[in-house]
Amino acid sequence: MLRFFPAFALFILVVPVLCGLAGTMLPAFGYLPALGGDEINLSAYKALFSQPGIGHSTRQAFIIGLASTAISVCLVAGFVAAWYGTRSFRATQHLVSPLLAVPHAAAAFGFAFMIAPSGYLARLLSPWLTGWDRPPDLLIVNDPVGLALIAGLVVKEVPFLLLVTLAALPQVPAVKAIHLTQSLGYGRMAGFIFAVWPSIYKQIRYPIFAVIAYSSANVDMSIILGPSTPHTLPVRLVGWMNDSELSMRFMACAGASLQIAVTVGGLVAWLLIERLMASCLRMFTTAGYRLKRDGWLRIMASISMTASALIVFGGLVVLAIWSIAGLWQFPNALPNSLSLRSWNTTLPALTRPFWTTVVLGIAAVIISVFITIACLAREQQTGRSGGNRALLFLYVPLLVPQIGFLFGLQLLLLNFNASASWPALIFVHVVFVLPYVFLSLSAPWRAFDTRYEAIAAALGTSPWRIFLRVRFPMLLRAILAAAAVGFAVSVGQYLPTLLIGSGRFSTITTEAVALGSGGNRRIIGIYAFVQMMLPFIGFLLASLLPALFFRNRRAIKGL
Amino acid sequence: MDKTAIHGLRLKDVTITLDGRELVSVDHTILPGEILTVMGPSGSGKSTLLAFIGGFLDPAFHAAGEVYCGDINITSIKPQDRRAGLLFQDPLLFPHMSVGSNLMFALPNWVQPKAKRRQSAEEALADVGLDGFFDRDPDTLSGGQKARVALARVLISEPAFLLLDEPFSKLDAGRRNQMRQLVFGNAKSRSLPVLLVTHDQADADATGGMIIEVGAPLQNQ
Repeated sequence: MLRFFPAFALFILVVPVLCGLAGTMLPAFGYLPALGGDEINLSAYKALFSQPGIGHSTRQAFIIGLASTAISVCLVAGFVAAWYGTRSFRATQHLVSPLLAVPHAAAAFGFAFMIAPSGYLARLLSPWLTGWDRPPDLLIVNDPVGLALIAGLVVKEVPFLLLVTLAALPQVPAVKAIHLTQSLGYGRMAGFIFAVWPSIYKQIRYPIFAVIAYSSANVDMSIILGPSTPHTLPVRLVGWMNDSELSMRFMACAGASLQIAVTVGGLVAWLLIERLMASCLRMFTTAGYRLKRDGWLRIMASISMTASALIVFGGLVVLAIWSIAGLWQFPNALPNSLSLRSWNTTLPALTRPFWTTVVLGIAAVIISVFITIACLAREQQTGRSGGNRALLFLYVPLLVPQIGFLFGLQLLLLNFNASASWPALIFVHVVFVLPYVFLSLSAPWRAFDTRYEAIAAALGTSPWRIFLRVRFPMLLRAILAAAAVGFAVSVGQYLPTLLIGSGRFSTITTEAVALGSGGNRRIIGIYAFVQMMLPFIGFLLASLLPALFFRNRRAIKGL
Repeated sequence: MDKTAIHGLRLKDVTITLDGRELVSVDHTILPGEILTVMGPSGSGKSTLLAFIGGFLDPAFHAAGEVYCGDINITSIKPQDRRAGLLFQDPLLFPHMSVGSNLMFALPNWVQPKAKRRQSAEEALADVGLDGFFDRDPDTLSGGQKARVALARVLISEPAFLLLDEPFSKLDAGRRNQMRQLVFGNAKSRSLPVLLVTHDQADADATGGMIIEVGAPLQNQ
């Protein structure tokens, strides 16, 4: 029975992507019988390239994806190089890690609420420093260059990259290498970058590629923070896909293939940058420069890391305050009055999306955890982990831009009348939840001391009972933690819900993004607050439940 | 001649404590070419003495006393400026660099240009019997060869003294003696003061120097 699960998992990870890609490419070349397209032609591309500003939108998606990734990688590398192994490193790590669970949209709203002309930072500095007694007429959020979007992507990608870096660090003797390079006279940062970083980088390449794919094709953060005249390519594509004029879908699909080209271009550019950096590094490594005076750079690294975390946390607090604010005039740092009126008026509309989000998340998580455990159990039976190749398959749904295959998947499901149904929606969430659940659970599963199971087996326990009575309870904490990660991923999904739900299923996330950054701040505050609380509750339960079940078992209760 | 070589490494009333409990206490001058051995079971805190002298003491520990290298007080200067030569249990060769690059990485940067750096590295390899290993991938070397590269790397960095943290414990018995002679011989011929931390009595006997025993293992918290 178990033997089918690895193939099944592969099916879930790869088939929707392949079918979706095919389903996108055919209409792009004019073939979509359901909408009357039954011959192959290039008219969709002609229409696409005659759209005003299409070149600009495309370039921007490319630059924003690459720039935000490069900045994030530099921040993480710099911070780890400057502080790994120190107390302040651990403190900052604890500050940054929870941000991983904050959905992209909520983080983007929080960020916007901080940096906007009428945002919290301006309030803190006004009027005593800036002299402003009304919000200045500056386009800070939605700026045409996309700086706000790049910054927003950076603050959200940094926690992710930091986490994967932290997971890679124990694989190398980093602390001893730091001591060694320092004794050889190297500055702390230079020593780390020369001696340790290359080994770390090798392990975090896939996650970095996923970040490039995500940020070059991102929709929800781009709607909230990105340029609006014109929008970036992915946002325009979603607009065309949801246009009531059905023939626009041919052009949307052609655009989606352009988006894939943008992302692939971004990846290729990154590979070139990698090569360049590697040969620079090699040259410097053997030249012997010690680069000892890095005190100021270490402080910069610490400040930028802390600031990127604090601005999001601050933003989330500001969001929460907005949701209960009465009148809140501009330069005031706090509302003039508090009121629950917005909550009272919004709650009825919020109930349905709330339960949709919860049910969808729980269903996707249960399925993903089940498949993951089955695959890992099978791996244990055969003793083969599939190695690097299997890991690559896990990253398939994260490396192909969502737009590229979700368009086609939606059209395919439409063909089978399966779109906008619960099974379809849950399925597409599993596609994105499964990789994260697998990545979180596989390490603790593989690290489990199998001698416990050997003892149980020697006592005559059946394999199924061994799993239920020994491994499952001992790994409960890890399983719940993986489930919480999966739930957070599901809650944060915007595009899959929007497209596969065909607008008939709304979640907290789709509703929040639809409000945009120009909307009513109190209502945005409420949606974003609920959106960020859901994953938080998930993680809370994941740490409280084992503590409750095992309250008399000090070794595994956790808290 | 370098001042260090005249005065050696002086540990003046050095005491390391954890939560008020004394782990190590040393007052000794290691003369150039001399080896001081600190012996104790694992977990006794003997490595913290190395960490203190090298400048990496974990803030959980408290250290009193002073360390002089020659006539310079190095107790509170940065690890980068102490010129300590570290040799660990594991060779810790950087896996992404060739054997030669590992050495060039350690070579002081006043040795320039590039051709001269390469020549110095090749000579240092020859000194430990690894002629022609410059372009090799460290991962393809045997355990004994790796240990010799690690020794060549620390010697080429022109340290003022050596700190050895159980450097022979992972070698097989045959190689161990050979490596001891190579390390100790090089330290003597270069007049380097050496502090060796070990739990192996044979290591201590081989040094022919003074031995300090340190206490019982740390209790689990």
